[in-house]
Amino acid sequence: MTWNDVVFLLPEIIISIGASLLLIAPVVGWRDRQTSAKWSMLILLGITALTVIGCSYWVQGIPQSRSLAGMFALDGFAIFFKLIFITAIAMITLLSDDFLRESRYSVWEYYSLLGFALCGMMFMVSGMSLISIYIGLELMSLSSYILAGFFKNEEKSTEAAMKYFVLGAVSSGILLYGISLIYGVCGSLNLLDIGKALSTIITNDALMFGIMLLGAGLCFKIAAVPFHVWTPDVYEGAPTPITAFLSTASKAAAFSIFARIFYLALHDFQLDWGNVLATISALSMVLGNLAAITQDNVKRMLAYSSIAHAGYALLGIISLNSLGLRGVLIYTLVYVFANLGIWATVLMLRRHEYGGERVDDFEGLSRRAPFWAFAMVIFLLSLGGIPPTAGFIGKYFLFAAAIQAGFGWLAILAVLMSAVSMFYYLRLVVAMYLREGREADVAITGPLQIVAATCLIITLLLGIYPTPLIDQATESSRWIGARASIIPHAGR
Amino acid sequence: MGILNIVTYTPLLGAAVILFFIRSDNPKMIRYAATLFAAIDFIVSLFLWWGFDPKASGGQLFQFRFVRDWIPSLGVKYDFGIDGIALLLIVLTTFMGLIAVVSSFSAINFREKEYYVLLLLLQTGMIGTFCALDFFLFYVFWEVMLVPMYFIIGIWGGPRKLYAAIKFFLYTLAGSVLMLLSILALYFFNDGGIPFLHIKGLGNGYTFSVLQYHNIGHLIPPSLQFWIFLGFFFGFAIKVPMFPFHTWLPDAHTEAPTAGSIVLAAVLLKMGTYGFVRFALPILPAATRQLILPIVVLSIIGIIYGALVTLVQKDMKRLIAYSSVSHLGFVMLGMFALNPMGLKGSVIQMINHGISTGALFLLVGIIYERRHSREIADYGGLAKQMPMYATLFLIAALSSMGLPALNGFIGEFTILLGVANRNIWWAVFAAIGIVLGAAYLLWLYQRVFWGPLDNPANRTVRDLNRRELAMLVALSAVMVWIGIYPKPIFEVIEKPVEYVVRKVDPEYMNRPPMQYPEAVAEVEASK
Repeated sequence: MTWNDVVFLLPEIIISIGASLLLIAPVVGWRDRQTSAKWSMLILLGITALTVIGCSYWVQGIPQSRSLAGMFALDGFAIFFKLIFITAIAMITLLSDDFLRESRYSVWEYYSLLGFALCGMMFMVSGMSLISIYIGLELMSLSSYILAGFFKNEEKSTEAAMKYFVLGAVSSGILLYGISLIYGVCGSLNLLDIGKALSTIITNDALMFGIMLLGAGLCFKIAAVPFHVWTPDVYEGAPTPITAFLSTASKAAAFSIFARIFYLALHDFQLDWGNVLATISALSMVLGNLAAITQDNVKRMLAYSSIAHAGYALLGIISLNSLGLRGVLIYTLVYVFANLGIWATVLMLRRHEYGGERVDDFEGLSRRAPFWAFAMVIFLLSLGGIPPTAGFIGKYFLFAAAIQAGFGWLAILAVLMSAVSMFYYLRLVVAMYLREGREADVAITGPLQIVAATCLIITLLLGIYPTPLIDQATESSRWIGARASIIPHAGR
Repeated sequence: MGILNIVTYTPLLGAAVILFFIRSDNPKMIRYAATLFAAIDFIVSLFLWWGFDPKASGGQLFQFRFVRDWIPSLGVKYDFGIDGIALLLIVLTTFMGLIAVVSSFSAINFREKEYYVLLLLLQTGMIGTFCALDFFLFYVFWEVMLVPMYFIIGIWGGPRKLYAAIKFFLYTLAGSVLMLLSILALYFFNDGGIPFLHIKGLGNGYTFSVLQYHNIGHLIPPSLQFWIFLGFFFGFAIKVPMFPFHTWLPDAHTEAPTAGSIVLAAVLLKMGTYGFVRFALPILPAATRQLILPIVVLSIIGIIYGALVTLVQKDMKRLIAYSSVSHLGFVMLGMFALNPMGLKGSVIQMINHGISTGALFLLVGIIYERRHSREIADYGGLAKQMPMYATLFLIAALSSMGLPALNGFIGEFTILLGVANRNIWWAVFAAIGIVLGAAYLLWLYQRVFWGPLDNPANRTVRDLNRRELAMLVALSAVMVWIGIYPKPIFEVIEKPVEYVVRKVDPEYMNRPPMQYPEAVAEVEASK
């Protein structure tokens, strides 16, 4: 480990030391200091974000900087996602504040686990070797299993954690098996070496089996059909801020490595896995959207909608072109902020044990809190991909990528399904605006307002003027795009 | 700062003013502010007409151009510009927008603030759609229209408003996302093509410029044109609405508040026909010519089926809604005659339908406010009780059925000329539609206004007040003006129509004008 390695890993080192300190805090007698826990966490995230930005200047001009014997990369792609993760975790910290205040559990442990999950995600997105990706993934997953069951006295939460853990562990095993098969064929775990090796070998069963298992493991993490069954139950059972974490940050992390692995290592075999992933994508969009229509529980509805969104994001990976790669980046960002905004609004309704979870609980929100009801409409329109919200830009990239790659049928299905998705998003709008009588029960607190307002600004601004985001995504994906022999249309 | 921006964003400014500066417990102030901004918008649009040069053609056809970069990395430009067709539709929009605002004074009596904000927002969306010469921009405005209309139907609508609002939203959205795919296909064809489908592109760079697409229309291989046309067709035909995609229309119209119906009928339906004229025809000439017959058949079914269904309606608003299906069938039929006469008639009929049907919806709204019933059976003999109302209703009905000296006649006659020129049998079906149109409107008039005044509830109904009278007189004046002196309108659409015909059927303009004997011979031959 050289000095260089330390600099490269500095953000991860800081967050892991910080998370450990958070764990120690209750032992030294700060157990009940909830507010200081929140602020320590936010300061820690702030420092980490600054370090990431500092590192990005450090590596500026270098096409891709790798360390730890090529296992760890600090490229634009990684930095883009790291910043998304940190922002998302900061917002989840804000979302958790009031939620935890009402419970009897130690907030320090909670934030510490979030910190470790963040560390895992940040390490994973920089992974240039299947093994470092796997380590990061496991760090993230293990922390999320515990977080899902964090309210250990609540039956639903525990059940969710149990399901999540068992299925997650199996999928990790499958993933690892796939990795080992790929290693057996290619003789390397490094993504670039695998890519090089694959360009010279012809398809063989072991390799295809390995790729399939790897894909299956990753599809579990992004919750694509048919590996989605855990999602509704876990999303419903987990504490709402953790559901927000699972559906945004954790999912974004999974998308990022999906893109990195398939674009860097497996691009030569697109003809083999392209149609399989296309089928998975189609199934996710259809099943996710159709199942969401019948849900009365908002958390379950959003769980199914997140399954559908996994299907959309897969379009960007299948199409394997510049639009698709940038689409994954843009879509992830847009999706994360729209979703966090929705969760913030859902939490505003949370008064009683499971309040704000049913669609009916939104009734009359437009009278009780007109501004936040309006914000909610914008978030829902963004998820549905209606301009002028940012969601449209994200979907635009993915649909365009699919058409350019010749997946016309998939694009037609995708747009029709996004029209279908508006049906259930509108159910919430109907409840908020069009139903008379009831008054929604709200508890609007400062932190929730900060999150919702930030998400609203991002969603609207990037919808009306998306150029900065697109340019950033183009810049961030340049290195990977060049490796995957995609011609980026720079400057145009 | 182009004048088109002023026309487009004045309503938005009004919406912002109402939203931020006027308290919601002051509905009077909100109404005045909304009226003020709608009126300013209307006046600015008249300046637009005044400054418009109807003689300009070629590169100058699209005037008041305002072009800026918007998303350079995708080749998206903020590109505004209008030709005569768009000009007329914008003036129609601002005029009917003003009427819609004024008509809501007494019709809307709760949540006024949100209502007028949405109405003005909708107007910005509609005008932007007509101004946009960049497909991306067009699509954004096109979708922006959906949300306010959804809320207007859903909050202030009738008993089945939720169903109607969702149906409207989803139908239109489903069509427009398919249109988006067609736009993308054009986008890729103009540059790199779609290698996996062995479609070679033109390498012209990434652009969404509609005018650029107009120029490459004839280069697109017919098979690709067919698919692109299909996407456009779903997007526009649902909006028109053409048979069999019309089922959302009666529900949306019937449940929407009066102003919603007026805007829906006057402008929103024209989005579909405008889309065909501006995009589908000039960009996809081969596919258009190839698909004339199916579309004409659907239009004729729409005309006759729409009229027959209209005949049996018991609800006045539903009756007028169904009559729109029939009238829009005319517009489509005239358009797909693909000759200058048919297209001109089609464009004029778009305007006429907006004014006449808008007026009819307004009239039904007025009586509904007084009696809270739209059932034809509840009325009878109203002419005695409400003479002014009855007179103005008659003018609107006659205009809608195409009586000479009123606007409807000009449109229908021009369409029939154009259609007969293409195929006499199409004109025969269209004429049947006109007869049926006269039947359902006169029958409606007879049942509502004549006969004994036997329902006691009708004996106390007030006649029009000054506000209502002003709106209806303004509308009637326009009907008479277009009916007697349509020259200014023909003038501005002359060049744009020629432009479209040149694109869609280049040979047509080179043919010598048809002589009388030849025309007769053609009629003989087609028998």
